Amino acid sequence: MGINRRDFLKLAGLLGLGGKAAFELVLPGEVEAAVAKTQAAGTRWALVVDMRKLTDKVAARCIEACHTLHNVPNYLEPPDPKLALSEDLKNRWQIKWIWTDVYEHAFVGFEQDHQWEKLQGMNFLLLCNHCDNPPCVRVCPTQATYRRPDGIVMMDMHRCIGCRFCMAGCPYAARSFNWRDPRPYIPKINPDYPTREIGVVEKCLLCEERLAQGQQPACVEASGGALIFGNLNEENSPVRAALRAHYTIRRKPYLGTNPQVYYIV
Amino acid sequence: MLEYAFVGTRRYYTLLAVLATLAAVGFLVYLKQLSFGLGITGMSRDVSWGFYIAQFTYLVGVAASAVMVVLPYYLHDYKAFGRVTILGEFLAVAAVTMCLLFIIVDLGRPDRLFNLIKYPTPNSVLFWDMIVLNGYLFLNIICGWLVLEAERNQVPPPKWLKPLILLSIPWAPSIHTVTAFLYAGLPGRGYWLTAIMAPRFLSSAFASGPALLILLALLVRRFTQFDPGREQIQTLAKIVTYAILVNVFFFFCELFTVFYSRIPEHMDHFYYLFYGLQGKGWLVPWMWFSIVGMCIAALLMVSPKIRQNETTLALTCGLIIITTYIDKGLGLISGGFVPNPLHQVNEYMPTVPEILITLGVWATGFLILTILYKVAVSVKEEIRA
Repeated sequence: MGINRRDFLKLAGLLGLGGKAAFELVLPGEVEAAVAKTQAAGTRWALVVDMRKLTDKVAARCIEACHTLHNVPNYLEPPDPKLALSEDLKNRWQIKWIWTDVYEHAFVGFEQDHQWEKLQGMNFLLLCNHCDNPPCVRVCPTQATYRRPDGIVMMDMHRCIGCRFCMAGCPYAARSFNWRDPRPYIPKINPDYPTREIGVVEKCLLCEERLAQGQQPACVEASGGALIFGNLNEENSPVRAALRAHYTIRRKPYLGTNPQVYYIV
Repeated sequence: MLEYAFVGTRRYYTLLAVLATLAAVGFLVYLKQLSFGLGITGMSRDVSWGFYIAQFTYLVGVAASAVMVVLPYYLHDYKAFGRVTILGEFLAVAAVTMCLLFIIVDLGRPDRLFNLIKYPTPNSVLFWDMIVLNGYLFLNIICGWLVLEAERNQVPPPKWLKPLILLSIPWAPSIHTVTAFLYAGLPGRGYWLTAIMAPRFLSSAFASGPALLILLALLVRRFTQFDPGREQIQTLAKIVTYAILVNVFFFFCELFTVFYSRIPEHMDHFYYLFYGLQGKGWLVPWMWFSIVGMCIAALLMVSPKIRQNETTLALTCGLIIITTYIDKGLGLISGGFVPNPLHQVNEYMPTVPEILITLGVWATGFLILTILYKVAVSVKEEIRA
């Protein structure tokens, strides 16, 4: 029977909203990805962790720099000994923006019965992977977490309703929830950065506040060269150079999230 | 019609008082949760959903199962169910109300609840869940109430109601399908990443919901002048039988895929639930009781003798309710979160305040159910008299 252009446009207009919604459910992120491709000329931040240089001491410095700057509460060693928690509560309430864990946990499924002996118990620095196709953004019912055009997976802690769907969605355990008021557990409050309230989710935001002022993320600055940060879309950026020159691995790449934290082992 | 809710026996008022007290206790503990945060529960960084979301999931199933009395009556003109459709619909109203309350008590920031509407987000399954649950609540209140009112006035129900009743039929499985999709689309959670989750949800719902309805019908017969009817109960029993058999079958389909493929990310959750992992596994006896009990109940229901004797039927229905509840209410959420994405085992156990809040929500639901059933039963008694 055929359909002319005019009718097609009318139909398309009618389907407009529902069509976009259906598309979102079946091919989540595709619309955004297509838009992002056209903006490829812009910035796409990424991080390379050079495990040859990352000693436990360096890693501790990175964590310290990040957590102090961003008012992350310390439930393991509270500033006031009277606030000390049971082992169970420490474990349950812990907030991690950047942390370390052994190879077997960081790269589940990669372990071999016989492997390079240095890998045994090697502590990897872990943080939000700022995925290209982030499941946390896909599941958030209020767009409190969203992906910026430069690749940063952001959190609006004033919009978050605390449903924790993003925590179920994240395959890297990169998100933490404020099970209680975190403020008494912040060793020294940094007045230049907001503290959080009860009942919202938080995570690494790749120091977007520092990037806005032309500075590197705090962990990168504290790492003494073990962390390499830069723009993937720029051919001569340090991250591109590192990725060209070395074999790198990523956490759970087979899930299709396209994580943007790379590891030189 | 609501006036029927205010005249009752002493037993009716005692029941209301007990339920109201439990609801009030739950509410007081909830105030504590509001001021301290969800830290008063057993949930954690690794198991970030717990008892509340589990109850929610189970009750969506109970709500959806109302379709098992509505569909035969309206689509197949199975007249006998005319007596019990109202019981199914009012059970759905109470169950969906509990679902919505469980979502609210689980939120970290309930004061921002309306952000769900202010920033509608179609790519989130939770957005669709909100729509289908509220829609289903609305449909069941309208359809149940107006049909009952028409019955009381001995007139046919308004014509415009028919499309709404028909709409409620496909709407029922949709609420449980969407609820399954909350879990079944998450990339890093091997226990939930299965296409059979929505079918399994529906089969367990269509077993446990009608089983609960059978128990409620038996209670109504015992304590009121209204008899929902032996034939009605027997037909419901057949529905329960088919559904529980399908549910057991689906469970073994899942087991086959997971264990024959031997992909650790899918297997480890089953190991945790049924054998324990890294020396931890408090759910192990519960899970074995659940699956063995469910298989036994399915076999018992197949036997006509057991099904036709209302005492053994009631006991078997009780077993089905408990075993499907353990499967969905305890195993599903914990099993999905343990081990965590880094393959660590951090177990979850609900705390006392968490259980009190949960009881409070159940009590609120049963308070609504009692009042609605009282109205329905009074109307039926009046018609008979």
